[in-house]
Amino acid sequence: MVHADKATPLVTGSVLRLYVAGNSASSRQAVQNLKRLQMLIKAEGGHVEIIDVLANPELAEKDSILATPTLCYEHSGRHRRIVGDLSDTKKILVFLGIEMKGTAA
Amino acid sequence: MTSQEIDAADVLDRVKTGVKAFDDLVMGGFPRARTTVVGGTPGSGKTVFATQFLVHGITMFGERGVLVTFEEPPRDIEANMRSFGWDLRRWREQGALAFVDASPPANDELVIGDFDLAGLLARIQHAVKTVNARRVVLDSLTQLFDHFIGEPKILRRELFHISSALKKSGLTVLMTAERNSEYGEITRHRLEEFVADNVVILRNVLQREKRRRTIEVLKMRGSHHAEGEAPFTLVANQGVVAVPLSSLRLEQQSSMVRVTSGNPAIDEMCGGGFFRDSVTLVSGATGTGKTLLVTNFLAGGVAAGEKAILFGYEESKGQLFRNASGWGVDFAKMQEDGRLKIICLYPEAQGLPDHLLTIESLVDEFRPNRIAIDSLSALERIAPDTGFREFLISLTSFIKKREIAGLCTATSKSLIGGESASEQHISTLTDSIILLRYIQEHDTMHRGLMVLKMRGSEHAKEIRRFTIDSRGMHLGEPFADAPNVFTGTDNDFTR
Repeated sequence: MVHADKATPLVTGSVLRLYVAGNSASSRQAVQNLKRLQMLIKAEGGHVEIIDVLANPELAEKDSILATPTLCYEHSGRHRRIVGDLSDTKKILVFLGIEMKGTAA
Repeated sequence: MTSQEIDAADVLDRVKTGVKAFDDLVMGGFPRARTTVVGGTPGSGKTVFATQFLVHGITMFGERGVLVTFEEPPRDIEANMRSFGWDLRRWREQGALAFVDASPPANDELVIGDFDLAGLLARIQHAVKTVNARRVVLDSLTQLFDHFIGEPKILRRELFHISSALKKSGLTVLMTAERNSEYGEITRHRLEEFVADNVVILRNVLQREKRRRTIEVLKMRGSHHAEGEAPFTLVANQGVVAVPLSSLRLEQQSSMVRVTSGNPAIDEMCGGGFFRDSVTLVSGATGTGKTLLVTNFLAGGVAAGEKAILFGYEESKGQLFRNASGWGVDFAKMQEDGRLKIICLYPEAQGLPDHLLTIESLVDEFRPNRIAIDSLSALERIAPDTGFREFLISLTSFIKKREIAGLCTATSKSLIGGESASEQHISTLTDSIILLRYIQEHDTMHRGLMVLKMRGSEHAKEIRRFTIDSRGMHLGEPFADAPNVFTGTDNDFTR
């Protein structure tokens, strides 16, 4: 995979932001999967937040969110997004370029 | 009002587009709280039409709007629409218009697993609430499908959901969608099947090297609509202007007031002159005196205290002035007095719908009592057949609605006798027809004039000789032995 070789840990200054829509099935699924993801990655210092677009549509507007759930990852000026219920953890980490715990020094 | 009309009004509140002729096609406007898909090939005018729906809502009907843009960021749309005289930015700043920028983000994006478009819906509803909107445009859905290219099923489900949610809030929604071809499937991804109550198609067809734009109402759930394609044009500072056609009814009052043709002898042949709100066709080969009749028609009106307007498509203004003075008519003086306006245009300068709009706007500005068009044949050569017929219907109907006297010329193709294509088209649409013909009598050529048709009036049936000199046209005696004006052969020879 393209991103695997430049994988970096989730570090200070990086942001993981999950946009969900109320209590919908895919949103609940995504929140669960994000929790699992946080346990897998080296999350020291990274900022994680969950935003409900139904309660905060202006934040969705600001971040140009169309679909929910959407996970936005900002790290050192790079923006990446994943749309969907975050079920495929491995694919997500590869796409975001985040190391799993114990895979690197 | 008939009971049927009352029923329709009760059931469906209408949301006017403000494009007069289009609103007529859909019986007053789009039904409120319904979704309409506007389909068209790239460049067919979808975005203009949809944006205009919002613009007219703000400027004409006091209804605010939300524009959801999937293709270009709002800033680009604001710049593009300025050429139609629409200051979207000002309305946005005044809170009459809100954008939802759904143009593709620059970010890398991955789609895995199930998702919905609650984010988009929440943003649209937020924008609607912010400006208190009644109209929403989504432009274009095709871009949204391209964005989530692997998930058409999810998109269909979600768009249906968005459409229902907006309708439930009483919003009238236009969604644009691309088509692959002018006469193929209705839209790419078959959007119309799951979101649309109504379907409107915009076309931009190349016919005989000319672009012809049309608008068609394909489906209107729970309502009547006019069928078939109606021509329209895109005008700077106005946007979409539809040309009324099937919505026209023959409702013009026909008046019995007579006006002069500008030639007392012809007035006499017509039973006392032309009717005030009638259209007369003068048909003849080149050089038979059509432009002279036009000149007399204009001068006769001005002499009677009327105002006259001429649209010339064959000769320059200078030429027309010289011709007129050659027959003792002073166009320059009439123009100075504000009684005459002459507009000379090259037929190829614009398409027929644009010519029609030019004529209509100048007539409404100058308010003449009579109008002459010289010649229809010149206009015919720039348009496909259907386009020309539509133009004629609209033109004659417009002339009658304004209750002015009209005189049009058509050139027959052969020098002697014969019928031109324009005659066939126009003969049923005009009230009167005057034929000018070269007529061979033994070894000399004469000019002959006859009144072929005069709707609602008696008229002379004979063919009169006429001559042209420096004082104009002089009608002489009828031909003694009735030559055949349609074939041009002298009966003396055929017998």
